[in-house]
Amino acid sequence: MEFFLEVSLVGLAVGGVYALIALGYVIVYRTTRVVNFAHGNIMMFGAYFFFTFATLLDLPWGVALVLALIATALLGTGIERVLLRPMLGRTPVVAVMATFGLVFVLHGSAQIIWTANDFFLPSIFPNRPIVIGTMYIPANTGYGALIALVAIGALLALLRFTRGGLAMRAAASDQVAASALGINVPATFNLTWACAAASAALAGVVVGSITTLNPNLGMIGLSVLGVVILGGLDSLAGAILAGLIVGWLEAITGFYLSASYKDVVPFVVLLVILMIRPHGLLGAPTVERL
Amino acid sequence: MTDKRPARSAAATTLLTVAVITFPMAGNSYHLHMVCLIGINVISATGLNLLTGCAGLVSLGHAAFMGVGAYGVAWFGTHLGLPFYLCLPLGGLLAAGVGMIAGLPSFRLKGLYLAIASLAAQFILSFVFNEWEPVTGGRSGVTLAPAEIAGLRLTTEREMYYLIAVITVAALLFARNLFRTRVGRAFIALRDRDIAAEVLGVDLRRYKLMAFGVSSFYAGVAGGLMAYFFKVVAPGQFGFQLSLFFLAAIVVGGLGTVQGAVLGAIFMTMTPEVLSWVAGPFGPVATGFLAPVREVLFGLLIIVFLIFEPRGLVGIGSRVRSWHPRSWAQRRSR
Repeated sequence: MEFFLEVSLVGLAVGGVYALIALGYVIVYRTTRVVNFAHGNIMMFGAYFFFTFATLLDLPWGVALVLALIATALLGTGIERVLLRPMLGRTPVVAVMATFGLVFVLHGSAQIIWTANDFFLPSIFPNRPIVIGTMYIPANTGYGALIALVAIGALLALLRFTRGGLAMRAAASDQVAASALGINVPATFNLTWACAAASAALAGVVVGSITTLNPNLGMIGLSVLGVVILGGLDSLAGAILAGLIVGWLEAITGFYLSASYKDVVPFVVLLVILMIRPHGLLGAPTVERL
Repeated sequence: MTDKRPARSAAATTLLTVAVITFPMAGNSYHLHMVCLIGINVISATGLNLLTGCAGLVSLGHAAFMGVGAYGVAWFGTHLGLPFYLCLPLGGLLAAGVGMIAGLPSFRLKGLYLAIASLAAQFILSFVFNEWEPVTGGRSGVTLAPAEIAGLRLTTEREMYYLIAVITVAALLFARNLFRTRVGRAFIALRDRDIAAEVLGVDLRRYKLMAFGVSSFYAGVAGGLMAYFFKVVAPGQFGFQLSLFFLAAIVVGGLGTVQGAVLGAIFMTMTPEVLSWVAGPFGPVATGFLAPVREVLFGLLIIVFLIFEPRGLVGIGSRVRSWHPRSWAQRRSR
């Protein structure tokens, strides 16, 4: 029982990080109707930016983190401006395909710029594990989850209380109406990509601290895509809920069955849930008319 | 112009047939190797184009169905001792069966949700390839005996070439004709507006399953040929990257046309080769950068095609062709 609790807690901590990654997908999808398959690779770039500022340029890690967030946000706006702006007005599927291309571009450029070697990020967390009663949570996972929680809170607050967030929500609910009411929809898209990229950078730093840093870091984005669909592509609450569920499930199956089941269980659960709820747990069902 | 067309296409067909038959006499084993790979990729890309380009159902798990065909062929051959000419179609049918099961979510899911469901199929099948050791040999994979037709063992590239060429041509002819049948039209109808198609009496479930079945059959046959070509089947061959490769091939080639899949498969197979020819003279430093540069270039190609020529290589081709006669006519009228 105690093992169960400890494993569950670690799983939920990992789930918190998943939730942060998933939110990045959802924010972009809600506003722009594009699923960004390259989100994981933007994460990877965020982690590399942090590595560059903190280790290669030897800046204090706080400064490096802020710089990495800014750099990744700029990358996000750049991608939106160059890659997705020309596709405004065409079916979103085209833009989704373009993000596949982006996966290749980012993965390849990371290898060209930083080589394919493994690096360790400078440790930003205290070295001792978190102890609750008799349960141990590894330091990286525990503090990573705390950072993720803070970031999720900040993102939700941004959406809820700022003008930009209001514009994003308006564009999400009806692009044409938002545009008619004087909201600059393309600029809002740009802002959305910047926010999503910044959150991805933070997630990248957390994931890179838990594992190591290499160009395949972005692969985690694919399994989190399962999380996003599980929660419902357009639901913020769904992303958080599904992130926690999948993190917990992975930890439990990894512990009680074997580590190789970890990658496949979320997808099996996903298929089962989708057969019952085709729009995910909390996604809005769409009504189609001719 | 119109009366010359059948004659011209007959001439083109003859020329192409002669080229296909005589090619092995001209090419060395490297050329044959590449052409065999192209043939296999053309078959698989055509299958994906039927599903994604024609029926509008995006699949991110096409490589996994190739894997099912490859493992199926290997298992039928070594464990049941079936001859090659039964193994290959059975491998295709097995892949078609698995593909139809993987297509079941399409009854309730659409668009991106369906794409992710097929991604789930990719990961689950990859997991099966890795873990079901009695059948798949786990991480190290399985080996199989060369294909054998009427006592003739197909061991060299030259012999495999003829086999692959015949099957590729058959696959392309079938796909081209499928576009003109009731089934092909139903696929296009459910891509363009599924609800309207249903109102007009197209049985959506039946045709969606059929699309998954036919597409996976193509993938399975391609996977089976790959198994006979490399004589080894390993789980790493059929990963998500390969699924993306085929998706990129049909986007670059042209969605929903037979020529598109052919051009795309040729293009995607040859680009890395051409790149390494270019990088070769610059020494080991350049070749070290080859893999990532190739990746970046792949990605850029997909993006550039999507932005500037959504119809793919086929679109460029038809643009060039339609430009010629007009400029001719203009010159004559002057």
